[in-house]
Amino acid sequence: MTSRPVPTTHSRPLPAGLTREQLLEIYRYLRLTRTLEERLTALYRQSKVIGGLFRSLGQEGESVASAYALERGPHRDILSPLIRNLGSMLVMGAQPLEILRQYMAKAGSPTRGRELNVHFNDLERGFLGQISHLGDMIPVMAGITLTFKLRGESRVGLVYIGDGGTSTGTFHEGLNFAAVQRCPLVVIAEYNRWAYSTPPEKQFAVKDLAEKAKGYGISAGTVDGNDVLAVYEATKAAVARARGGGGVQFIEVKTYRRKGHAEHDDQHYVPQEELDWWAKQNDPVDRYVKQLLQHEWTEERDLTEIDERVRVEIDQATDACVNEPLPQPETTLPGVYASPPAAERLWFRSL
Amino acid sequence: MTEVTYLEALRQGLWEEMERDDRVFILGEDIGLYGGAFKVTEGFTKRFGEQRVIDTPISEAAIVGAAAGAAHMGLRPVAEMQFIDFISCAYDMLTNYVATARYRAGLATPLVVRGPCGGYVRGGPFHSQNPEAAFFHTPGLKIVYPATARDAKGLIKAAIRDDDPVLYLEHKWLYRRVKEQLPEGEEIVTPIGEARLAREGKDLSIVTYGATLWKSLEAAEQLEQEDGVAAEVLDLRTLLPLDDAAIVRSVKKTNKVLIVHEDTRTGGVAGEITARINEQAFEWLDGPIMRVTAHDVPLPYAPTLEDFVLPQTEDIVKAARWLAAY
Repeated sequence: MTSRPVPTTHSRPLPAGLTREQLLEIYRYLRLTRTLEERLTALYRQSKVIGGLFRSLGQEGESVASAYALERGPHRDILSPLIRNLGSMLVMGAQPLEILRQYMAKAGSPTRGRELNVHFNDLERGFLGQISHLGDMIPVMAGITLTFKLRGESRVGLVYIGDGGTSTGTFHEGLNFAAVQRCPLVVIAEYNRWAYSTPPEKQFAVKDLAEKAKGYGISAGTVDGNDVLAVYEATKAAVARARGGGGVQFIEVKTYRRKGHAEHDDQHYVPQEELDWWAKQNDPVDRYVKQLLQHEWTEERDLTEIDERVRVEIDQATDACVNEPLPQPETTLPGVYASPPAAERLWFRSL
Repeated sequence: MTEVTYLEALRQGLWEEMERDDRVFILGEDIGLYGGAFKVTEGFTKRFGEQRVIDTPISEAAIVGAAAGAAHMGLRPVAEMQFIDFISCAYDMLTNYVATARYRAGLATPLVVRGPCGGYVRGGPFHSQNPEAAFFHTPGLKIVYPATARDAKGLIKAAIRDDDPVLYLEHKWLYRRVKEQLPEGEEIVTPIGEARLAREGKDLSIVTYGATLWKSLEAAEQLEQEDGVAAEVLDLRTLLPLDDAAIVRSVKKTNKVLIVHEDTRTGGVAGEITARINEQAFEWLDGPIMRVTAHDVPLPYAPTLEDFVLPQTEDIVKAARWLAAY
């Protein structure tokens, strides 16, 4: 974007050690996440999305801000996102085109139609897609960060876990393992109030997820997950401690899942006034914009300019892939193993 | 040549691979200074240090998950299950995460999970299991099961060098019972996916692996002496992928097949072998394909009970006689 002189006369000092360009870049990722998901919703309604659609509406702030605290670039930090961490993947360099192709199961998608939605990876760019078994990425990220430690590399891993995911066995085993090994791993625990339809009081008997971490000897804190700058600062500090040899860091972010588990879920179990309150009073993007403008860190037209560019980017990405073909059936056979190169074609398919 | 036990051969193979390739490291419960429950890794910490010999919490899922993460990053982890019975605690990690990683995501996951299997040792229901059938059904995994000292060494080396995840099943009844002269200074690597003809014969084929190889060889000897029946014995060595060619070759030669495994019957590997022979060599058969397996019960503790449940040499002899006369 064109850089303008920083307005200095009335504005407050810039927050969290961020430059004005960085503040706007964070805004761009927030907007990109939301706009991309809105586009996916439209494609879902047109039956262009093959499977389910999982929105992160209301959680974009903590996804983007936590990822933004990492070192990005080839072979730097690695994060493992969940289904509602699209924003974190975009920060690490995943492209809207890749996400669109994944959701629409295109032959040219990163997994060539084998896997869904945000379940894909690029370890060089620094993201390792999840599998659907919640908690499993904690031990895997423990192994990745153990490797950083064994090799003496100054790299950090970050892994997300939902409030429901903290009930799994692999969460416990992985966190304990990583704590014992003092792996350079930051855990972002997302308290978003709903695990599918299950509320926290049916999921665990602690008040805050941070209490769980203390049981593993891990220092933990809770932050307002819809305060973008607070999440950024907390993660930045945690990443620095992990990078400096401080072992596992645990941050609970309090946020709210404003859509159903997936697009098919009508959320009848959620009080409407609760949804309205989070939408009107505690939207992370609105709050961030308000901060940017109130403190005169930026001007309205900078934001609308970004909005427009994001809209064009998503339009172009959609146009580029919406009519692409699905994968050819026989491409399903190769790549189960390094060797043998392909699974055997069954005899009756050759009759 | 030096005489080495199955356990020592395994230990040597692991040691040599760690000497050869500094990407190889091992992790598991009590494997460090204690040297492992069966002493497979005795002396490893002293030689390779705590960075490459990692004592872990009692967390099989975390052990396998962490091994997977390290494997993605280019290391070559070898994870020990203290007893293979506990691999079921890592079933999710192995079948959902590890086995699918290459296919769904193009992620290389070259790891080995190894551990002591099997009965005949009065271990009871949770220290005697053979878990191969639970994983045999999972595309993306390989399974090897050595029966000899040479293959204990050759298969651990091949498993570590393989670019796919490998379950290495070692039989604790064979650890110190089986000994073999192995050449010093010669590299022993057993190719994954190749069966070995353990004894030649013309009258029927006994297809087996693991501890029941030795019981099958005993049975074949007895059949030769007492009945003049020449039984061929095929040691599968790798269960996944199966060496169909070697099995079919033997079927075409003897026209009768007895499959022997220590694992329980229903859903066991023998059923799959039967189906493959049916598909690939039906017209070569002169009799039904028969199975000698454990009874379909959890493995009991008392010697009288365990001996009844597990396949014994005399069971193989009886079944082979029945089939030879068919």
